Amino acid sequence: MIKEYRTIQEVAGPLMLVRKVEDVSFNELGEIELPTGEKRRCRVLEVNGSDVLVQLFESSSGINLRDSKVRFLGRSLELAVSADMLGRVFDGLGNAKDGGPAILAEARMDINGLPMNPAARNYPNEFIQTGVSTIDGLNTLVRGQKLPIFSGSGLPHAQLAAQIARQSKVRSADSKFAVVFAAVGITYEEAEFFISDFKKTGAIDRTVLFVNLASDPAIERIATPRMALTAAEYLAFEQDMHVLVIITDLTNYAEALREVSAARKEVPGRRGYPGYLYTDLATMYERAGRRLGKEGSITMIPILTMPEDDKTHPIPDLTGYITEGQIILSRELYRKNVHPPVDVLPSLSRLKDKGIGADKTREDHANTMNQLFAAYARGKECKELMTILGEAALTDVDKQFAKFADAFERKYINQGYEENRPIERTLEIGWELLTILPKTELKRIKPEYIEKYYPEGVKND
Amino acid sequence: MGQIVKISGPLVVAEGMGDASMYDVVRVGPQKLIGEIIEMRGDRASIQVYEETAGLGRGDAVESTGAPLSVELGPGMMENIYDGIQRPLEQIRSRYGDLIARGIEVSSVDREKKWEFTATAAVGDKVSGGDILGTVQETPVVLHKIMVPHGVSGEVTAIKSGEFTVEQTVATVKTADGKREITMIQKWPVRSGRPYREKIMPNVPLQTGQRIVDTLFPIAKGGTAAVPGPFGSGKTVVQHQLAKWSDVDIVVYIGCGERGNEMTDVLREFPEIKDPRTGESLMKRTVLIANTSDMPVAAREASIYTGITIAEYFRDMGFDVAVIADSTSRWAEALREMSGRLEEMPGEEGYPAYLSSRLAQFYERAGRVKTLGGDGTRLGSISAIGAVSPPGGDLSEPVSQATMRIVKVFWALDSGLAYRRHFPAINWLNSYSLYEDVLSDWLNDNIDKKFSAQRVWAMGILQAEAQLDEIVRLVGMDSLSPDDRLTMEVARMVREDFLQQDAFSDTDAYSSTKRQYALMHILREYHIRAQDAMSRGVGINDVLGLPSREKIGRAKNVTGDFENAYAEIERDIISELAGLTRAAAAGSDTSAKEVQS
Repeated sequence: MIKEYRTIQEVAGPLMLVRKVEDVSFNELGEIELPTGEKRRCRVLEVNGSDVLVQLFESSSGINLRDSKVRFLGRSLELAVSADMLGRVFDGLGNAKDGGPAILAEARMDINGLPMNPAARNYPNEFIQTGVSTIDGLNTLVRGQKLPIFSGSGLPHAQLAAQIARQSKVRSADSKFAVVFAAVGITYEEAEFFISDFKKTGAIDRTVLFVNLASDPAIERIATPRMALTAAEYLAFEQDMHVLVIITDLTNYAEALREVSAARKEVPGRRGYPGYLYTDLATMYERAGRRLGKEGSITMIPILTMPEDDKTHPIPDLTGYITEGQIILSRELYRKNVHPPVDVLPSLSRLKDKGIGADKTREDHANTMNQLFAAYARGKECKELMTILGEAALTDVDKQFAKFADAFERKYINQGYEENRPIERTLEIGWELLTILPKTELKRIKPEYIEKYYPEGVKND
Repeated sequence: MGQIVKISGPLVVAEGMGDASMYDVVRVGPQKLIGEIIEMRGDRASIQVYEETAGLGRGDAVESTGAPLSVELGPGMMENIYDGIQRPLEQIRSRYGDLIARGIEVSSVDREKKWEFTATAAVGDKVSGGDILGTVQETPVVLHKIMVPHGVSGEVTAIKSGEFTVEQTVATVKTADGKREITMIQKWPVRSGRPYREKIMPNVPLQTGQRIVDTLFPIAKGGTAAVPGPFGSGKTVVQHQLAKWSDVDIVVYIGCGERGNEMTDVLREFPEIKDPRTGESLMKRTVLIANTSDMPVAAREASIYTGITIAEYFRDMGFDVAVIADSTSRWAEALREMSGRLEEMPGEEGYPAYLSSRLAQFYERAGRVKTLGGDGTRLGSISAIGAVSPPGGDLSEPVSQATMRIVKVFWALDSGLAYRRHFPAINWLNSYSLYEDVLSDWLNDNIDKKFSAQRVWAMGILQAEAQLDEIVRLVGMDSLSPDDRLTMEVARMVREDFLQQDAFSDTDAYSSTKRQYALMHILREYHIRAQDAMSRGVGINDVLGLPSREKIGRAKNVTGDFENAYAEIERDIISELAGLTRAAAAGSDTSAKEVQS
């Protein structure tokens, strides 16, 4: 018999205090019944004697302290999962939003999940071809990796994410593939861009969407990414699918978390974000991965916008410490009309070394990748020097490096959002660009690869 | 037996705990979650719970075990992977599945397995704490010594070799308080250091096989070091390299609040790699503690104590142990979270005021010691290497600052170097080692008498480059004198051909100290001889275009007998420069003749 409490003491922001509660447990899901009969969900944040502090998952408007009732349901927030979720659209709390019927649950899963045993993880090492040169060639994505896109306001992260979702494939076998997309506090237009892109390519049939728009209650956003990850876990580890999870925009999630923390009057960490932001983000990001003995995998591409393009802002900073690399978009390249404007030098995929090489991509991949990086870095330095001192100050070799840097941006990075480049083409372009430099400068490439792959008679202009 | 009155995340407050003491381990709720008392007020105890607290309710029972948080020490720890409170993760997986459920009870050390115990003490021996009773070959490279537990002293009345489980009696000691049966397992509370006879100054280098570390910024066995760096600068790779190649007997690797896949990487990769000294797999000497970032935060706080206590146990056997903690910043954050829940007055950036003293306590448990037991000649050491993850790479934050006050070696990682793919991205201008002086003697005696002179030369070149670089930025390369241009080029060679080291290359990942010396020797030889040649009229472009320079660039990847290969490169340099000098002399002769005529 579930008890009902009419003892709501206060409602402040996303928090509510309920008095004289018995038999309630930490993190339990609650249900508030408004005088109108409307029901809203909440969860227990703190139990202190008979006082219970709960956090609302939905808006607090209309909650009347005297007439509203609270029930505690004896379980935590769950998501009904089933393979039928593919092709459906849900709101931020997992309710069907597309007018279709509710999901017939094959299982109900706690959205918070449990930590994965590190001994049960399988190391990600399968190359995913995204068809984007800057990713495949230089910051290779592998199955089970979490690789965020660090963007800025106004930069085309959505186009890049859609391109990745559209083009991604594993080269070896054909296996079941699905996309779980979570829109967290983004605008209607942005969400619609993704949905129509998925529809256009037919990907929508193997996509599960969770949509919390900017106009939806901010507090709902705390649950949305976890809903998506729970669905992804089900598809990956119960249905043996390879799931790509795209979450956009995690900055909005972190702000919702800050709102709750501020309402609880917790000691703030940097920029007012709670001290446990790292741990909180980690409990989501770490749900990506592969498990021993399981066919499926979760590959995660969270997108976040860096306030003021500042990489040291707590959200990108803490994210970078948890995820296995980052793809950073550059405003400078965007202004130069280079698309996708991936800032190659600070971007990184930590798992790339495990996903490339002779039997995965090609034997010369690692060497040419390092050479391209080093050459582009040196070329950029030379160009900087050139702007200060003029072209005459550069040595001949430096001038060639500067020329290389320009050509690299124009041909390698700038591929647009429609071109799907196989890895061989990406490597080929890399080699063509390297011919701009004197052969003696290709120190990072083994002589036998130069012998084998160096293209003759390339004209770079 | 107490009752829960408050639950706030990992913090639980229970009433009726009057009989319990501070830092007692308690079992919380119906699932008997593991927790530790961290504050007492009257009969109210504040408890940090090492497992997820969801589902706990008011009135749930809390039971004290009456003992502080302890680890089990005995044969069977090697090659294992534990969580922050020493629960074996492989066994948890085989018993409970891929996810870490709650309220799990698994013993840390295998109770069933039988070990071959070889007695080294005999009946009638007078023994006290730390004395060795016998040995167990735990892995091919670890000869585990079974020691008399601390606090036990008396005469051995029975001891025998044979096959035993860790709980069976291997010896009996008659003490003042009666007979004491000794098994191969002992317990030790993690928050107090294990005793030793005395500390001694560290003066032997920990040879890591990493060129920039061993040659420029060495760490001693028993020393402390920090690796700070923003994300993406290669902290973890540096830590992994140290764990792989350091010339220690035992490695305790603590993954503290970091990525799960990194631990998996260690777990899958280490068994494949062969230790260059023993030829056995590296895993045979490694204990892993994994408390990944998604695992409960309180256990993260405990994990570094668990790790260092295990290290101390092996140190007491006379081993050189390396403790590698990645990352101490996550540990500090766990401390901050608990402090916040306790509503303590925060210090800087919300960290508790006792942050720096806790950090100091941890690092001070490292060191080189004369152990208890035996005749006082048994030496053991713990070298502690901690990663620091400063937010935004800003070293002025509290954890970095508190760490820098304690540690003696500082390997500053630099994202600028990482962007240029200069790895390991240790910045040679900001890093330091305070062991340089004490280790010089050993290095000069054991590697080469010019070892420290060569280091001074290399540091000088790099410093000079930094200064010249500023001039170049202002007025261009052309304005430098030929000598300075040579310095710039040699510095580039030091950076690219010496400091850069590829962790993923079979030939380059490990470089013995002798080989490091020999490689640096080539560079220095080139510099000195080039200077000499230039003073005899050879042009700078000829010197820089020397054909053997390409060989120098590939010297670090030479396989097989490096000594011959390096000697050959040196001969080439000398003969090529001599050729240039002769040509220059001939040229100046002819031009002199031309003037005369």
